[in-house]
Amino acid sequence: MTTFIVRRLLGAIPLVLGIATIIFFVVNLAPGDPADRFSSPSMSPEAREQIRVNLGLDQPIHIRYVRWLGALAQGDLGVSFSRNRPVTDIIQELLPNTLLLSFTAIGVAFVLGILLGILQAVRQYSLLDSIASIVGLFFYSMPSFWLALMMVLLFSLFASVWGWPIYFPASDIQSIDYAFLSPFEKVRDRLWHLTLPATSLALVLAAGIARYTRASMLEEIRQDFVRTARAKGLSERVVIFKHTLRNALIPVITLVGLYLPFLFSGTVFIETVFAWPGMGKLVVDAILQRDYPIIMGGSLVFAMMVVVGNLVADVLYAVVDPRIRYD
Amino acid sequence: MTDRLGPRRSRLALSALLPGLPQLVVGRWGVGGLGLTVWVAFLAVLLTRWARFAAGWGGPLDHQIASLTVVAGLLGTWGWSMFDVSRQAELERSGISQWKLAAEAFKKNRIAVIGAVVIVWVYLIALVTPLIAPYDPAMQGPLMGRLVAPSGEFLLGTDHLSRDVFSRMMYGARISLSIGFVAVGISVTIGTLLGAMAGYLGGWIDAVVMRFVDMVISFPRLVLLIAIVALFDTQSIFLIMAVLGFTQWPGTARIVRGEVLSLREQEFVEATRALGFSRRRIILRHVIPNVLAPVIVTATLGIGNVIVLEAGLSFLGLGLQPPTPSWGSMVADGRDFLLNAWWISTFPGLAIVLTVVAFNLVGDGLRDALDPRLRA
Repeated sequence: MTTFIVRRLLGAIPLVLGIATIIFFVVNLAPGDPADRFSSPSMSPEAREQIRVNLGLDQPIHIRYVRWLGALAQGDLGVSFSRNRPVTDIIQELLPNTLLLSFTAIGVAFVLGILLGILQAVRQYSLLDSIASIVGLFFYSMPSFWLALMMVLLFSLFASVWGWPIYFPASDIQSIDYAFLSPFEKVRDRLWHLTLPATSLALVLAAGIARYTRASMLEEIRQDFVRTARAKGLSERVVIFKHTLRNALIPVITLVGLYLPFLFSGTVFIETVFAWPGMGKLVVDAILQRDYPIIMGGSLVFAMMVVVGNLVADVLYAVVDPRIRYD
Repeated sequence: MTDRLGPRRSRLALSALLPGLPQLVVGRWGVGGLGLTVWVAFLAVLLTRWARFAAGWGGPLDHQIASLTVVAGLLGTWGWSMFDVSRQAELERSGISQWKLAAEAFKKNRIAVIGAVVIVWVYLIALVTPLIAPYDPAMQGPLMGRLVAPSGEFLLGTDHLSRDVFSRMMYGARISLSIGFVAVGISVTIGTLLGAMAGYLGGWIDAVVMRFVDMVISFPRLVLLIAIVALFDTQSIFLIMAVLGFTQWPGTARIVRGEVLSLREQEFVEATRALGFSRRRIILRHVIPNVLAPVIVTATLGIGNVIVLEAGLSFLGLGLQPPTPSWGSMVADGRDFLLNAWWISTFPGLAIVLTVVAFNLVGDGLRDALDPRLRA
C-alpha cells in the first residue's frame, strides 16, 4: 500500500512539471509585454529597457523558464505586480477561503447527490424518480453563475423586500462588524455568508452525482449477491444500505477526482458573483490586470489541487475496492 | 400491406398541399409535426415580413443568410416530404442498417425527440433572426425606455440601455450556437484522430498523447481559457471558437482510445492487417468508422458544455466585444440591476438552460439508441 502511494506521488511529479510548463509558455508567449504596466509612453527608451532588465524580461524565454522553475522549486512564485506582495503570501491568505467554499460545496453535493441517487434507484420509474431526473437534468445543464444570480435574486434581494423570515447576504465572506461578534455569533455569521455560494456550487454538482449514483445502484441491485441477501430474509433496509450501497459507492468515489476541475471552475464564477475573497476571484482579477506572477502562481495552485485530489481519489479507490491490485 | 399505389398517390397529393401532413397521417408525429410546423412558420415569416425578406438580398451577410434560409426551408420541407413519401415503400423493402436500427430506437425515446425538435427550432430561429427580431439588438432607445418591465411592446422588457431583451436574446443565440458547433467540430476531429492513433499505434505516440491528455484534463480548464482569451487582446469569435475547440478534445481522445484498444484485437481489423493495408487506411477506413457512435454522443453532450463555457467567458467580460449580444454577457449586464430589473439576467440564462438541456437530452437518447446492448 505504501509503495502504491509513493509510486503515485512520484508519477504526479512529471504531471505537475508539465502543467507548470504549459502555464509558463501560455502566459509568456501571449502577446503583450508585462513591462507595459510599469512604463508610460513619455519614458525614455533607456528607462524602459531598465524596467525590462529589472523584471528579467531582457533574457530569452528559455532562460526565463529555467529561472522561473528554479524559483518555483524553492517555493518562490515571485512578487505580484498589482499588490506589491509575494504571491505565496497572497495565496496563503486566500486559499483557506476557497477551500472552505469548495469543501463545503462538494460535501453537501455528495451527501445530497448520493441520498437522491439511492432514493431514485430504490423507487425506479416512480413519479419521484422521473421528477428528480428531470429537475436534476436542469440543474446539471445550468451555468453556475446564473444559478448563483438567481439564488441572490430570490433568497437575498426578494427575500428581504418581501419580508421573508430569513434572507442571506448577497456578497462577501463575513459581516462588517465581524470582529466585534462573540465566538458563537462568528460561526453563525460565517455559515450565514457561506450558505448561498456553497449551495449554488453544490446543486450543479449534486445533480451529476445523483445521476451517477442511481446508475451505479441499479447495476448493483441486479447482482446475485443482493438476491442472496434478500433470500436470507434480510430487511430491505439492510439489503440496500449494507450490501448494495457499499458496492455501489465504489465507482462514485472516482467522481471526487473527476469533479475537482469542475468544482474549481465553479468557484471562479461563484467567487466573482459573491465577491468571495478567494483564489478564483484572485486569478480572474489578475488576468484582467495582467498581473503575470499571480496568473502563473494561481493557476499552478489550482492545477496542483486537482492533481492531489485525483491522487486521493485513486488511493481511496484502492482502499475500498480489494479487487484493485497495488503493484 | 395492401395496395401501396393508391394511398401513396393520395399521400403525395397531401404532401404537395402541406408538407409533413402525410407523415402525421401515418403516425410519424416527430418528423411530421416538425416538417409541418417549420413549413407553416416559414410561410408566416415570408408573408408577414415580406418587406424585410425582399430587402434582405441586398443587405449584410446575416440578412442574406436569413432570407436564403426561409426559401431553402420552404422548398426543403416540401421536397423532403414528397421525397419521403415516394421513397417510403422502397425504404421499407430495403434492409435494416445499424444506423436505421439506432434511428428507430431513438424515435421511441419521446423526451429525446422533444430535445431534438427544440434544437432544430433554436437553430432555425437563430438563422432567420434578422427577419423576425422585433428590434435592432444594438439600438438604444430613449432614456425613458430604460429597464421597462416585460409587456406587449417589449416581450421580455428592456435593459439598462433601453435595448429590447427579446431581440438581443434572439441575436445572442447565433453566437452561442455557432461557437458550440464549430468548437465541437474542431475538438471532435482532433480528439478522434489523436485518440485512434494513440490506441491503434500504441508505443511512444500513445504515451505522449495520453500524458498530454492527462495534463489538460487535470487542469481547471476555465482558468486556462480565461488566461488565453484575456492575454490575446483581440476577442474575435474565431479566437474563442479555436480556444474552446483546442481545449475540448482530450475527453474525446480518451474515449476513442479506449474503444480502439478493444477494436484493435478484433478479427476484422486483423483481416485488414493480413490484407496488407497501410496503417493510415486501416485507421481512417476501418477503425474510426467503428468508434463513431461514442464520438457522436460526446459531440452532442460537448456542444452543451461549450455553450455553458462560452456563456461563462462572456459573463466574466472575456467574450465578444459589446454591443454584440451573447447570452453570457446579457446575464452579466443584468447583474447590477437584479432587484429593479430581474428580467435582464433571468431570460438569457433560461435560454442557455433550455438549449443545454435539449442537447443533453439528445445526447442521452443517442447514447441509449447507439448502444446495441441497451436496445430493448
